[in-house]
Amino acid sequence: MTFFANTHFRIGLTLCLVVVLMAALSLVWTPYDGTVMRPADRLQGPSLRHPMGTDQYGRDLFSRIMGGSVTSILAGLVTVSIGMGLGVALGLAAAYHRGVPGEALMRLADLLFAFPAVLTAILITTIWGPSLTNAMLAIGIFYIPVFARLTRATAAAIWERDFIIAARAAGMGEVRIVIDHILPNILSPLLVQATIQFAVAILAEAGLSYLGLGTQPPAASWGRMLGEAQTFMAMAPWMAVCPGLAIAWTVLGLNLLGDGLRDTLDPRMAAERHT
Amino acid sequence: MPLLIFRKTLSLATLLLLVSLIVFGVLYVLPGDPAQLILGLNASDETLANLRSQLGLDQPYWSQYLNWLGNHLRGRSGESITYGVPVSRLIGNALLVTGPLALLAMLVAVLMAIPLGIFAARHRHRPGDTLVMGATQLGLAIPEFWLGLLLMLLFAVQLGWLPAGGFPGWQVNAWGSIKAILLPAFALGVIRAAILTRLTRSAMLEVLGEDYVRTARAKGLRPRTVIYLHALKNALIPVLTVMGLQLGQLLAGAVIIENVYHLPGLGRLIFQAIGQRDLPVVRDGVLFMAAAVVCVNYLVDMAYVVIDPRMRLER
Repeated sequence: MTFFANTHFRIGLTLCLVVVLMAALSLVWTPYDGTVMRPADRLQGPSLRHPMGTDQYGRDLFSRIMGGSVTSILAGLVTVSIGMGLGVALGLAAAYHRGVPGEALMRLADLLFAFPAVLTAILITTIWGPSLTNAMLAIGIFYIPVFARLTRATAAAIWERDFIIAARAAGMGEVRIVIDHILPNILSPLLVQATIQFAVAILAEAGLSYLGLGTQPPAASWGRMLGEAQTFMAMAPWMAVCPGLAIAWTVLGLNLLGDGLRDTLDPRMAAERHT
Repeated sequence: MPLLIFRKTLSLATLLLLVSLIVFGVLYVLPGDPAQLILGLNASDETLANLRSQLGLDQPYWSQYLNWLGNHLRGRSGESITYGVPVSRLIGNALLVTGPLALLAMLVAVLMAIPLGIFAARHRHRPGDTLVMGATQLGLAIPEFWLGLLLMLLFAVQLGWLPAGGFPGWQVNAWGSIKAILLPAFALGVIRAAILTRLTRSAMLEVLGEDYVRTARAKGLRPRTVIYLHALKNALIPVLTVMGLQLGQLLAGAVIIENVYHLPGLGRLIFQAIGQRDLPVVRDGVLFMAAAVVCVNYLVDMAYVVIDPRMRLER
């Protein structure tokens, strides 16, 4: 279980730590106030004073990238909490009540996968009003079936095992069995899935904010910064580079972290993958 | 085999019916009165009520749903509130953009992924493999609309080789239309190639360890024959599945890249219709997309049965 022996894990953790530290730092300090407009400084290229340049309102892009990291982490945390909280509960219930109720629950989950996720999220954010909260809810809803499916599949296999039968024979209650035996045994795949969905959420939030439906100004969001950059692309190409790099950096870190976790937590899968 | 096809087709029909029920139900509770939207804020209550009954909006939910479903089954779609033309024509026109875009993107993805995946599998754990796998990690991390922006920056803004957006239309300017979807298709394709490359590699590695590949090698066939004739054919099955799923998703999910390049495709049509509260377009558009995903999945299932005889025995 030595995570640090895994190269993917080490690189992924390093990339993620940089983002987390940047987000934490931005809460107490940024080089400039990322929301204050300074028209005299607008559309400046990268320089010593503004390492990533400034935008059309003269705001320091580096400060806004730092602020955007908070938005992205928030988006990941909230969406995964929604999806995992409800999805795991539903999945556990479906794994316990096999037969019609469980089957019906899973078919419903299958059905949700047929709907175009991005467009449904657009629909939800338009109806409820564009905001970061509504964007996170819209993304989180689509995570429920993802976690429900995974939980049911893994939990159903655990229910069949001998030690569960032993626990039942010893007079353990169903709820106790779920908490003491089922949950700890399905934690690894859930953790790996959570890492992946965290990354997907950052991409999705960026996409919605690019369309103007996620984070609202003056709050900083990497996706929204890219949307604004497109308007000024001919004059200020640097605006289109750094927010995208920040997204790619974070998502790469999370994906590698997820790979490393999976390889370490489930050596069997790692062996299969490397043969 | 006929029984299997019958069962799958039956479940397809059920799924489509459920999808239509959900689409209609969710949009039924959408705030905003279509009659008010058509007539404007100054309309009198009487004219509003007239139009509502004309549109069938005053009828109960189930009769509205059955009407809508019945009209669709007879091939009649509603009219767009914004444009005043049949929704089916709008969707058809949009498909003329999104369809070629999705197909071109998949072509880009396959042309990159299959050779790269085979290469990585043949050079497993050597620098070439590491390089390809590293590149796929990047491909998975880059947001496709950012790649679209970067391509636009380079090929449209800096070099001026290709348009930065817009779509002239196939009849007006066929070559210009191809040029208009080239960059977005490339952006979509590269991202999908990352997944397909990883899949091709792992499928090839699995197949290369099989007995029949060893037999083929042992009887002295050239390595190239073994790889392309024996191994690839079997490795392609999982790759084909994911390709099918990706194509279905591309028809439905190209909305952001269509907005980046201002392409009048299906995603952008519905995106704009949502903003304009154009209920018939949103409803039929979302239904069409969901149905497309369900049907593509069905076709992939069927292709499985055709390609792999083992699938016919199971279940």
